[in-house]
Amino acid sequence: MRLEPKPAPSLAITLLFPLAAIAATLALTSILVLAAGASPLSVFHLVAKGAAGSQFALLETLTRATPLIFTGLSIAVAFRARLWNIGAEAQLYIGGVVTVVLGTAALPLPSIVLIPVIMAAVMAAGALLLLGPAVLKTRFGVDEVVTTLLINFIVLLFVSMLLEGVLKDPMGLGWPQSQKVVAEAQLPRLIQGKRLHYGFVIALAAAVVVWVVMKKTVLGYEMRAVGHNPEGARFVGIPVNRTLMKTALLSGGLAALAGFSEVSGLKGNLTLDLSPGYGYTGIVVAMLAMLNPLGVIASAIFVAGIFVGADAMSRAARVPSYIADVMVATALLTMVVAILLTRFRIRWR
Amino acid sequence: MSSDPVLRLSRISKRFGPLRANDAISFDLKRGEVVALLGENGAGKTTLMNILFGHYVADEGTVEAFGRPLAPGDPRAALDAGIGMVHQHFTLADNMTVQENIALGTERLWRLRLDRTAARRRIAQLSADFGLAVDPTATVSTLSVGERQRVEILKALYREARILILDEPTAVLTPAETDALFRTLKLLVAKGLSIIFISHKLHEVMAVSDRVLVLRSGRLVGERETGATDRRELAALMVGQEVRPAEASPAKPGAPLLTLERVSTLPYNGAGLDAVSLTLAAGEITGLAGVSGNGQAALAALIAGIRRPTDGTISIAGQDMADWSPRAALAHGVARIPEDRHAVGSIGDMSVTENVIAERYRSARFSRMGFLNWKAARRFAEKLIADYDVKCPSPEARIRLLSGGNMQKLILGRALDPDPAVILASQPTRGLDVGAVAYVHRMLLEARDRGAAILLISEDLEEILAMSDRIVVMSKGRLSTPSLRGERSIRELGELMAGHDGERSDHAA
Repeated sequence: MRLEPKPAPSLAITLLFPLAAIAATLALTSILVLAAGASPLSVFHLVAKGAAGSQFALLETLTRATPLIFTGLSIAVAFRARLWNIGAEAQLYIGGVVTVVLGTAALPLPSIVLIPVIMAAVMAAGALLLLGPAVLKTRFGVDEVVTTLLINFIVLLFVSMLLEGVLKDPMGLGWPQSQKVVAEAQLPRLIQGKRLHYGFVIALAAAVVVWVVMKKTVLGYEMRAVGHNPEGARFVGIPVNRTLMKTALLSGGLAALAGFSEVSGLKGNLTLDLSPGYGYTGIVVAMLAMLNPLGVIASAIFVAGIFVGADAMSRAARVPSYIADVMVATALLTMVVAILLTRFRIRWR
Repeated sequence: MSSDPVLRLSRISKRFGPLRANDAISFDLKRGEVVALLGENGAGKTTLMNILFGHYVADEGTVEAFGRPLAPGDPRAALDAGIGMVHQHFTLADNMTVQENIALGTERLWRLRLDRTAARRRIAQLSADFGLAVDPTATVSTLSVGERQRVEILKALYREARILILDEPTAVLTPAETDALFRTLKLLVAKGLSIIFISHKLHEVMAVSDRVLVLRSGRLVGERETGATDRRELAALMVGQEVRPAEASPAKPGAPLLTLERVSTLPYNGAGLDAVSLTLAAGEITGLAGVSGNGQAALAALIAGIRRPTDGTISIAGQDMADWSPRAALAHGVARIPEDRHAVGSIGDMSVTENVIAERYRSARFSRMGFLNWKAARRFAEKLIADYDVKCPSPEARIRLLSGGNMQKLILGRALDPDPAVILASQPTRGLDVGAVAYVHRMLLEARDRGAAILLISEDLEEILAMSDRIVVMSKGRLSTPSLRGERSIRELGELMAGHDGERSDHAA
């Protein structure tokens, strides 16, 4: 068995392979469902129904997809330039911290000013958090996978310290949680009385902006060139290190927006369970989207749907909702194989 | 000698998509014979040898070695059948000794000391028999290119190869080393080995082979006894028409454009520069000869702007270049044709359009306010494709999919389009077919006649001799004094390349 490179894949193939990957994912996970003593068809049906079978389900899926779009974009941008940002989780939490700090500071600003100010500060904080690993990488060759991953733990403990200390809500009955941000700092709901909020719209806009940056701008061109071939990029005069810095700033800022959107749009305050691993799941989202910013929207909704749907399913069928983790992880693996197959042809002797 | 063939290829065909890399190729190899496989790049030589050696599986056709069919797609089978291959790019472990490299893969997992002594004795015997002098205890990283090649040959012989395939073996050798290699080949043949010698250099094919097979676009277009043919005929067979080599008219040198003054650098893919002074004058091609790894890469990297000098100065048109970078080089009219067009000269997974604007994407022509002007970029790509006769499916195609010659034409077009004052051409024709070589040479000569100062770095001495108005030789990071066209003989240049610089020593560097 050997791999032979193929010419550039057609659009049809590019769209078909992710679907094939999803089909393969369902086939593989049905083995586990069978092992749990349930019927795969009914379980997948329940997952689908739980994810999109009603207005409530659909809105819940989109709500869950919102932070994943931000972290997915963050990862897609970074990975495109081969900057391995595993620290979106930390950037998300820093975004949450900044949102709470500014949102509870009683700044005498109307919502229309306050929210952009908070967003700018949030992005700056996330950007700076990733700048450190990027500098260490370009200056000293320190592996950013290690540094960004470890910073996740540092930041989580730092947030824990804040929530037990200066940011602790005096009225919180001793729970490690912050005060709620003021009404002016909260993103309005998209539909009155539902959980889906304007963070989703901002996420969609962010995806379009990132797409334009990657496709149409000098910066996007530089990032892609650096990602594909840093040596070649350096030779033609592309400032490789500076491009990596800019990539880090953009990627860190996008991930931090996930924290802002969750606090300001959904939760209102900061707790230690602000994110059930959105930063890590963003990696899956970005890979499923083949690092395409617009694809991130679809893959974030898909991944969110599986989690939301699996929750609903586990209440009805007797299959644990952990099947969602398995499905998402399997989807990542089948997608990686699918990407390989779009670029190479397998020859069996 | 004319007994049964040791190797028989029957109607080998191999397709890559629409491309017929090999089209029903058949030939026999006899015992004690040197067959040269001659052809342009992309003619299918390497594909054929990869099929023979089991790296690829043929769509049709069979290979027989010593009368028995060879299992397709299994390099192990080829090795076991006594076929050895010396690749163009060596496959040695740099951090291991010669002996370890040779024995690698042939010994049992739990080896005994006894085995090693026996192995050393066999290697010594083979070295002596075939004139392949190399110290078995030396670490490979300390060896010269010529010595490494000898290790590769020893490796094949150690595995009892009866058929030896040499892929472009002389590309990295000095003239003296090439002669030594040819002597070794004669000894091997005398012992009954058979050799397939892959090359696109006609004079070598004439010198070393008994029979020549010419491949063109995947088909066997000619088979000649070497004694009954000549270079002209072979060249015509290779390209399908008579090739007109580029003719250099006398140069009219002008003012110095690029000057290096006692420049030193850190080592870079071989030696670094050691107090090198060099002047490139307008309207003149300066040829830099040398055995690879002696500092040519460092000099090319320096002029290209990707390395800075540790000492000494660079000036362009009299202006001192204190802040030196690829962008500074481009801004001062230095065009660069890099040695490695795949790893350095192009970004394989980006399109032709994206690649041709790479050196100037920030100019007003291709971008405004941080946004790229894709329309202008595409127009530029289409212009280069037309002007330089590049064969490619579309400007949107990934450049990786182009052949070496077409890729080089695009890199050439990208470099020459702004009408540069200085041109750095580093191995500009390596691996190209005869037609593309002539084309590159013609473009360089035209640029020279327009007044460009050109530095041509090449390991192909013939190319240097044909193209250069002035020749300098690099050895161990130092430059020889320049000589004008025809001033030094090949022999004298070879001595300089080997680093002898007049005084002789017994071992090649």
